[in-house]
Parts: sequence; C-alpha cells; structure tokens
Amino acid sequence: MTQPHAAPETPAAGIPGGTALALTPVDELQRHLTARLAGAARAWLDQALDEAAAHPGIHGPISVWELRLAEAGRRCGSDHADAARVLILHAAHADMDALTRVYSQGTAAERRAVLHALPHLLPGPDALPLVEDALRTNDTRLLAAAVGPYAARHLTPHHWRHAVLKCLFTGVPVAEVADLERRAHADAELARMLGDYAAERTAAGRPVPQDLHRVLALTEPGPPRHSAADPHGKES
Amino acid sequence: MRIFDPHIHMTSRTTDDYQAMHAAGVRAVVEPSFWLGQPRTSPATFLDYFDSLLGWEPFRAAQYGIAHHCTLALNPKEANDPRCVPVLDELPRYLVKDQVVAVGEIGYDSMTPAEDTALAAQLQLAADHELPALVHTPHRDKLAGLRRTLDVVRESALPPERVLVDHLNETTVKEAKDSGCWLGFSVYPETKMDEQRMVAILQQYGPEQVLVNSAADWGRSDPLKTRKVADLMLAEGFTQDDVDRVLWRNPVAFYGLSGRLVLDVAETEATTHEGNSILRGGE
Ligand SMILES: [Zn+2]
Repeated sequence: MTQPHAAPETPAAGIPGGTALALTPVDELQRHLTARLAGAARAWLDQALDEAAAHPGIHGPISVWELRLAEAGRRCGSDHADAARVLILHAAHADMDALTRVYSQGTAAERRAVLHALPHLLPGPDALPLVEDALRTNDTRLLAAAVGPYAARHLTPHHWRHAVLKCLFTGVPVAEVADLERRAHADAELARMLGDYAAERTAAGRPVPQDLHRVLALTEPGPPRHSAADPHGKES
Repeated sequence: MRIFDPHIHMTSRTTDDYQAMHAAGVRAVVEPSFWLGQPRTSPATFLDYFDSLLGWEPFRAAQYGIAHHCTLALNPKEANDPRCVPVLDELPRYLVKDQVVAVGEIGYDSMTPAEDTALAAQLQLAADHELPALVHTPHRDKLAGLRRTLDVVRESALPPERVLVDHLNETTVKEAKDSGCWLGFSVYPETKMDEQRMVAILQQYGPEQVLVNSAADWGRSDPLKTRKVADLMLAEGFTQDDVDRVLWRNPVAFYGLSGRLVLDVAETEATTHEGNSILRGGE
C-alpha cells in the first residue's frame, strides 16, 4: 500500500501511494493511473468516472459511484485501487455529507481513499472528525492515510502531536506525515513528549525508534532547515 | 504445505492462534459472519461486526501473513429475532464490498418459518450480487435439515455449483454430494467431525468438491484442525496433490466464484509495517 516517500513534497515521481495520493494533483493522478491500467480496467475506470461526473452527490441508499467505489479493488487490482477511489470521489464532487457516508459505511480501503481525497475536495476543516476517527484506530494503513496534508493543514496542535507520537508507537514511518518539518519546527511541547517517550523506552530496556530522533531534531528552534511547499498554496 | 481454512471465526481467536496457524501453513482464511454467543438486539451491532470483518480483522490477519476474506449474512439463529431481521435491508450495500466472497453463513437452525424466509431471501441476494453462498446445515435433526436446505436451494436462483453446504457428516454427505453442491466438513472437537472420520469420508467419497474447515470460534475448538487433517491424509496414503486439492485448490475454486479472492497478502496488506501495534499489544 503506502510507499514511504523520503520527500513527500515531490510526489508522483513513482507509483502514487500513501501521502502522494493526497499531494498529487488529480489530473496528474488520472494520467498516471490510466497509463498503467490494462484495457478492461481502464475502460471500467473511464466509465466509472463518467458516471460519477454525470450523477454527482448522494442518491438513494447507495449512489452508482458508491458502488464503483466499493468494487474498485477487484476491477483495477489492489495496487491501483486507492488511486482509482480518489479519482471516483473527486469525479463525484463528494461533499462533506457524501464523504462522511462513504467513510462510515466503508471498508478500511474505502476509508483510506476518503482520507487521501480530503485535500482534493474540501478547503476547510469540516472533515477533521473523520481524520480523528482514523487516528483512534490501530490500523497502520488508516493511520498513514490520516496524517496526510489535510491533517497537516487543519489538525489542532494537540491532536497533531498525538498523531506523530502514534506513528512512532505503531511503526508508521514518519515520512508519511505531511509537512512534518514545518509543523514540528520549534515545537517545544512535541520535543517534551518525544523526550518522555524515549525515556520510557530506555527505562524499559527497549530501543528508541530511529524516526523519533529524526522528529526530535526537527523540533529544534532557530531557522528551519527546509520549508515544505504546500501544493494548494494554503497555510493554516 | 499451503492451507486455506474456508470457515473460521477469527474475531474470537487470539494473536497466538494467528501465529500458530501461519506456522502450520495457513495462508488464507474465510471468516463467515455468525452468532456471537451473546444475542444481538439491533441491526446496528451487525453493522459494527460487518465493518470489523471488512476492516480490523483483515488487518490483524495480514500481520501474520494470512489473507482474510469474509462472508456476510443474517445468521440462521438470529433470523428468528424480529429485532435483528431488518439487517437484511442493509446487506445489499455490504455485499458489493471487495473482500466479501460469499453470502453466509445462512441456513437452518431450528427450521422455523422465519428461517425459511431469511434463507430464501439471502439465496436471492447471492444470485443478485453474483456471489456464491455458504449454507450452514443444522446440528439438530440434521438429515431432515439437509433435505429441507437442498429443497430451498433447488427452488432458488442460485445453481448448486455456487452453493457450499457445510457441517456435513456421515449421515448427510451422500445426499449433499448427489445435489451437486460443494461439500464442507467442520473438524471440531466433540460436536462435529474429527480427523479420523474426515479421512474415512475422503477415502469413501473422494476429494472432489470437498472443503475441510476448523470452524474455530469462541467454543471449544482448534484452529489447527485443518493441518491435522492434512497430516492424517498423508499418513493414510493420500498424495501431496490430494492434500493441496482439498486444503487449498477446492476453497480457492469455490470462493473464487466471487471474482474477489486476492491471495497475495504481501501485495494487498501493510506487510511493510511489520512490528506494529498488534504485535506490541494495544495501547
Ligand atoms: Zn461457523
């Protein structure tokens, strides 16, 4: 699933997965995917996107595009399902109500796609309850999808720090955390939490994860080493 | 040796079980939705359970290198509780999900009119969603229950080659085989089959269309029964190919009828995140 990207701010160089799905512009994602899908899968996706665009929004107990979202794995293959689902959500102009319904009625894979789609679809923080729901789980695939650019832009400092700590706890690479450099910079409270966690690991005779040292270094005050570009030109 | 357990309730099992199953050769499981022991009182608790079979449990299985799929349904016992029956209206939106490989387990428990209705309705749902069906046969009054089950299957839109009748034994195997359905056997201490009787049935009826499962759940059961049957088959003169057929290729062929089986667990799941929360225990 998630391809840990050393530099998530330059997405789409390889296979879009993980945070790159949330960072890559939708038209680029579509070009990338259609170039890689075999005939039948590509035809299926084209039709699914046309249907979603023709009948956007929620209709009845289940919209046609929601059916396509559910079956994307068996139609496009598990390697491409996440990207296909993000494109379908985008084509259907899924709003807050639609995203909430898809997330709450979705499999783990569909929930992941909703999380990746958030920065493409919603300018404001309305969908934070979905991100926070995912951050309460212990499913590392959901956690990785939850710490993308939408969380980087909107999550409150308290929730964001706990999300970073949870990644360290559960083994989600911090490379998945979007905009880590900017948000961690000069964050003394995050530094304290990381220090306490390291002390707890050491007291228990357990190794301190490498990623912890990496984040701790980013919390240093002073001029930032690197400032991440936001592809949507928004700052929180 | 590769093993596919086509009927096991992993929700009721521990991580030690997953580890031991992987060590024994289990690489794929199907978890049918069923009765949890404690009666449910509303459709909402079914939905949380279905969500868990489509979310958390496959994630847990992937930590141990095991592919997890499920079958969803209103189970026979709770088909008798009017508080639970409305879950039938929610099933269509679940039956389209990628990891759902059959409708099940459906069938008879006490052979009531409510069970008749639920069984017929869910066989139709399977036909509508191009899914096969996993049909549980009752533990009490078993032969009469099998006959009534096969009658309902014959009257349904689902052809017998898309139906697996489960929990068979010496008294029901012949009529089930003559029906053209797939044949499921649960090797389960005390109440169902044991390894010796299972191998005797395989000797008499052959390995065609036969699936062997542990049906392990919250009762006194053993998730390694599939491997124990495989070992006894080899000891009794069956070939490696026979074992592979019964314990891998037959379940793959049956659930493959859904078009939704994905058996490369490394490709589908987060194996790159080994050493995660489950291995370490919850927070
Ligand atoms: Zn069962």
